[in-house]
Amino acid sequence: MSEVIVVTSGKGGVGKTTTSANVGTGLAKLNKKVVLVDTDIGLRNLDVVMGLENRIVYNLVDVIEGHCRAKQAMIKDKRYSNLYLLPSAQTRDKTAVSPEQMVTLIEELKEDFDYIILDCPAGIEQGFKNAIAGADRALIVTTPEVSAIRDADRIIGLLEANEVKKIDLIVNRIRMDMVKRGDMMSIEDVVDILAINLIGAVPDDENIVISTNQGEPLVGSDALAGQAYMNICRRIIGEEVPMLDLGANNNFWSKLMGLFKKN
Amino acid sequence: MSLLDFFKKKNSGDVAKDRLKLLLISDRANCSPEIMEMIKNDIIQVISKYMEIDPEGLDIQITQTESEGNNGSVPALYANIPIRDLKNSGKKTKEQ
Repeated sequence: MSEVIVVTSGKGGVGKTTTSANVGTGLAKLNKKVVLVDTDIGLRNLDVVMGLENRIVYNLVDVIEGHCRAKQAMIKDKRYSNLYLLPSAQTRDKTAVSPEQMVTLIEELKEDFDYIILDCPAGIEQGFKNAIAGADRALIVTTPEVSAIRDADRIIGLLEANEVKKIDLIVNRIRMDMVKRGDMMSIEDVVDILAINLIGAVPDDENIVISTNQGEPLVGSDALAGQAYMNICRRIIGEEVPMLDLGANNNFWSKLMGLFKKN
Repeated sequence: MSLLDFFKKKNSGDVAKDRLKLLLISDRANCSPEIMEMIKNDIIQVISKYMEIDPEGLDIQITQTESEGNNGSVPALYANIPIRDLKNSGKKTKEQ
């Protein structure tokens, strides 16, 4: 049975698109058939993060308006043959699509895929309503900042009102060094405030910037963020995975400093 | 910075958490400033029937308080109502 997952946050710039790309790629790595749908009409981004921007012929709006079939618009990933991207339109706006049309499209995609990942635009307007219309579950992405958490709380309320049954939280861009000195809310603090299930935490990792530069999601790599995303994917398919230790005081100096602090 | 200041200073992470908790209570209560103003005016009207209060100094807000039961903290409407003339309080009811 296929599952439709919307990746949403309310606030912009917290990492929805990066999360969508990494979760989609990670699920493909786990041998699932996955399609990533960029629902941010007018501000197309998922294609660049996936490194597929040069292969776009048709887009989401073309499919919905009947200019082409869904199979023609979907682009096969560079590395995984079981991963596809349905890109958004760059020259249209969110009013080009209605929630009913999205539901119809998703029903069609369900026949061919195990997972349909919807990358939601920021905000709570038409684009958001389109993205959540056909979703079975949601991944809420937030950072440990007051504004992002406030927006996440509002989004959770809206998802509950729209009967999205399963809502999980991803705390993104956590900096353990700042948490340790008390200058950043901890993962526990964020979970405590939002009171929803935590499915994973992703550290603030410069490898994310590098992987986005290259257009290759880093999920599954040795980088801490890559491991964190892979764990999230395993949890999505129902595996029990212990939380990653993001403290990672693995280098020689921090271990030495740790010894001194204890004494 | 003295040692005392060092202990008094609150971590910015805790400040953020406390601010958010209060913010989300009023967000979730869906209480607009207009409604809060209406509640405030109604409270002034009712209390003024029985004692002389300072309407300017009246402050109401939705916060969190420890529940008397065992279910942790619950949202509460907090009202701070300064009484202007304590001597005359209670008299008005008899006059009416």
